[in-house]
Amino acid sequence: MALLITEYRSHRLDSLRATLSVVVDPIKYLIDLPSVLIEQTAHSVSSYSTLKRENTRLREEQFIDKTRLLKFDSLEKENIRLRALLENSFKLGEQLLIAELLSINMAPYEHIVVVNKGTRFGVHPQQPVLDANGVVGQVFRALPFSSEIMLITDPNHAIPVQVNRNGLLTIAVGSGQLNRLNLPFLPNNADIRPGDLLITSGLGGTFPSGYPVAVVDDFTPITNKPFVNITATPKAMLDRNRELLIVWSDSSPVSLTTKPTPEASKPHPNDQSSGSGLVGEAPAGARAGTDSDDQSAGSGLTREAPAGARAGTDSDE
Amino acid sequence: MNSYSGFGRIILTIVMAMCLRIAPWPGFLTNINPDWVLLVLIYWTIAVPERVGIFHAWTIGLLTDVLTGRVFGQYALAYSLIIYVCLLLHKRLRQFPLPQQGLFIFFCLLFTQMLLFWLNNIQHPAQLHAFFWLPVFTGTLCWPLIYTALRRVRLSRRTK
Repeated sequence: MALLITEYRSHRLDSLRATLSVVVDPIKYLIDLPSVLIEQTAHSVSSYSTLKRENTRLREEQFIDKTRLLKFDSLEKENIRLRALLENSFKLGEQLLIAELLSINMAPYEHIVVVNKGTRFGVHPQQPVLDANGVVGQVFRALPFSSEIMLITDPNHAIPVQVNRNGLLTIAVGSGQLNRLNLPFLPNNADIRPGDLLITSGLGGTFPSGYPVAVVDDFTPITNKPFVNITATPKAMLDRNRELLIVWSDSSPVSLTTKPTPEASKPHPNDQSSGSGLVGEAPAGARAGTDSDDQSAGSGLTREAPAGARAGTDSDE
Repeated sequence: MNSYSGFGRIILTIVMAMCLRIAPWPGFLTNINPDWVLLVLIYWTIAVPERVGIFHAWTIGLLTDVLTGRVFGQYALAYSLIIYVCLLLHKRLRQFPLPQQGLFIFFCLLFTQMLLFWLNNIQHPAQLHAFFWLPVFTGTLCWPLIYTALRRVRLSRRTK
């Protein structure tokens, strides 16, 4: 029996856990059943007018979002062009999977939730999980029919973040409270103030960069200590959402030619198999692999840039 | 005596205990949710020691591990140790009045919780809330409830 505990340190028992979880998972779904039923009945008895109102609201929202996306498209193109100027690799978007929370309670002191998608859907450990507002956490353990997600507020969780205003890098550590993150590794003179948005920095390789994580809400310098006490509130609604997004970040960089190759536009679920090494290696590999493309694209653009500049000055005169 | 149906009842009650274990209790109740599975196991060990053994306890412990997402073998170890003690003492335990049984249960739960605490601390030294120890007390308070309920389940079988 004690052997089992030591054996846990290797991943040899994962398959046994998966097999046993098939036995136990029905219990999880059974427990979840009442809340699902309540939700369904609430849906079915909601009146026609409410539904209609909701429908109009959603349509308006969708319209607004679509218009925003129009702009996003051009911004993305611009971003690719700018990165081409910098001879940097560009990462395309991610593939998403909507998972629904099972309302069960695993252990009272850990912020771990269970969702209804598992390895059957290609979910694997260390995948980032988001909701509509920000980062929620990461997949902690994937079982065949469910998977466990550690929230960013778990005391054992840390997420590399960046201050959106000035790019200051730090790490946000979970506090054990659902509405608080701690930033313990910043010096007293750090350029950070309440209201700053923290986004994922992409370091460490688990989380793709650029997603909002939290907003700084308190900055209290401690006079005789080297580090300052900063707390932040997570952007994601950790205790309110039932739907979560599991993300497959596409770690293979896209070449800088204007149209992406078909394999790059369709990310593979198993891309991010080896956790942390990937992001560190990706830019280097990209530069080596697409060197010729880069330079042609880059040089083409730089050649055009002076022409544009000249045109600008011409009109000025 | 139909042994098969008896075993079915044991499994059914344990599944129910597992449900209670992971059910989302509102608010403060989450912190004091006792270890139902262990309580039910202890009852069946005392009542029908020829049916429930250390191996069963170990298997159920493993399932609880998977269910609650803990380190593999954590509950398996705790449950089998407790059930071993219960098997040794089951004749004496049956004679005890309910308060005295409660005292025994209290120490059982305390031991389990201490074991889990120790195993958790080996993995990652975490500072635990004082609430960590509350399930021991609530579990003890729940024992008479479980005892009478399961006794009814068991005796209803015998009359059939």
